[in-house]
Amino acid sequence: MSDITRSDVAHLARLARLAVTDDELDVFSGQLDAILDTVGRVSDIPDDVPPTSHVVPLTNVLRPDEPAPSLPREAALAGAPDAEEGRFRVPRILGESQ
Amino acid sequence: MTELTRLSAVEIARRVQAREITSAEVTRAHLDRIEAVDPSLNAFLHVDRDVALAAATAVDDEIAAGTVRGPLAGVPVAIKDNIATRDMPTSCASRILEGWRPPYDATVVRKLREAGLVPLGKTNLDEFAMGGSNENSAFGPVRNPWDAGRVSGGSSGGSAAATAAGETPLALGSDTGGSIRQPGAFTGIVGVKPTYGTVSRFGLVAFSSSLDQIGTFGRSVLDAALLHEVIGGHDPADQTSIDAPLPPVVEAALAGARGDLAGVRVGVVRELSGEGNRPGVLTAFTDAVRVLTDLGADVVEVDCPSFTYAVPAYYLIAPSEASSNLARFDAMRYGLRVGDDGTHSTDEVMSLTREAGFGPEVKRRIMIGTHALSAGAYDALYGRAQKARTLIVRDFAAAFEHCDVLVSPTVPVTAFPIGERVDDPVAMYLADLCTIPTNLAGNAALSVPCGVSVDDGLPVGLQIMAPALADDRAYRVAAAYELARDTSSGTPFADTIPEPAVLETTS
Repeated sequence: MSDITRSDVAHLARLARLAVTDDELDVFSGQLDAILDTVGRVSDIPDDVPPTSHVVPLTNVLRPDEPAPSLPREAALAGAPDAEEGRFRVPRILGESQ
Repeated sequence: MTELTRLSAVEIARRVQAREITSAEVTRAHLDRIEAVDPSLNAFLHVDRDVALAAATAVDDEIAAGTVRGPLAGVPVAIKDNIATRDMPTSCASRILEGWRPPYDATVVRKLREAGLVPLGKTNLDEFAMGGSNENSAFGPVRNPWDAGRVSGGSSGGSAAATAAGETPLALGSDTGGSIRQPGAFTGIVGVKPTYGTVSRFGLVAFSSSLDQIGTFGRSVLDAALLHEVIGGHDPADQTSIDAPLPPVVEAALAGARGDLAGVRVGVVRELSGEGNRPGVLTAFTDAVRVLTDLGADVVEVDCPSFTYAVPAYYLIAPSEASSNLARFDAMRYGLRVGDDGTHSTDEVMSLTREAGFGPEVKRRIMIGTHALSAGAYDALYGRAQKARTLIVRDFAAAFEHCDVLVSPTVPVTAFPIGERVDDPVAMYLADLCTIPTNLAGNAALSVPCGVSVDDGLPVGLQIMAPALADDRAYRVAAAYELARDTSSGTPFADTIPEPAVLETTS
């Protein structure tokens, strides 16, 4: 049914920001193929069935717009991999080729 | 097991609140038990003796001063490690969050503390709650107290094994596709998935937001119900929280224990109760249904034909939501960062970190979800899965027109050997066959032990499903069944759980 190749896995991994290894391309292509064969059975379901995205009938849950303290900056930064001058420190945004 | 670690939560609470024993003594007994058996079981990822004892002593001081915070004040509890705790790490059993300490408590944890329960530590799980065997933990599998060579079930395997082995009387888990009920069945204890939206998800690390639900473990139905009432109720911090009174689950457990199910209509779901089950599971289930009949219930068979779509639909919807939810692990705000050496861009650091920090099952699900949501596949996969969900909701609605509760085995098999299914994700997924429909429809369900399989002597679970916001019905039936089961065997089932340390030394 489905036919997931190494290059499909490489494409998905790139979209999902996973720097997969060469060995993983082999293992995952077989496994994703088997999984998609199983889940692909949903294609039998007729078009005219409406979709359900969520089972609790709630829409536009609102609350009064009252100011409240947010997480203190120190607490927000405490678990960061790196912080500098009271902010998250991140690597450069653009790569060499950009 | 010392006497204190055999006691039910109800009995611990009674003795502590009557000042026959202190919460500190009970807590110390459980911490000692963890020290003795957890090297074999691997149920806990974090235990802080001093913090637990300090919390217990504080409760003792309050009780001495005449204040009892709630029915479970002074009772120890374990917390699945995907639930945020400000004084303990929250790793989700993933390298990407190893050692991370949340800056806040989950709503359920705040409620535990406010009710005077004593958190013992954080329990092992399949990484980000993705799995049914606990073998997907970055910190090693949890071993089943009944047989150390077998899985505990998952994803809340640590909470289940800890409760079964007397390391704690109570535990919190989360159930996205069966992750409380299935390990509950595999370890011979009670596991409850409440109605979606009735227990706050605020502070539960999100896996699949439309399916995730926090719930409870106990060695008895009443213990699980008491904990359920502590953690349940509306929470403005969770947008999907239902603003309605929690169903009266404790009252229902007490009513059920009076042993009468006259007039209760029980539907046996044909699609989940047939040949697909191992013979020993089916025998235990059939015996349990006979007990319900003897208690006065009207038992009928019902058809839920669309349940055959549940596994395929779930393994599209859950990975799709996961691929989106787990995008937050970007190496910038919390957790691991790999490759930040001045030569790699932000984008490359993200990819290197996620590659190093996530295990294989998490990667598989992220990629399946990414595929199912992509422009070319959306209609054929994610869109169809949402239609399947509609059909499953309709099947439940039709069945609940004629039945108060529905029953099935919780899992078609008993706990399988560690390693048996790790390389075959599809075989692993099929163990969720009976539990997934309830997550897709958002209703309530629990698993109560119904003896052991004649095939292998391992515990079997009876799953009882109730309509949304009618969790009390499942509790009533479970409590009545539990009493009849123990009366007929002459020994409470919880007392038949084998001693893991003894198993280790005799093998």
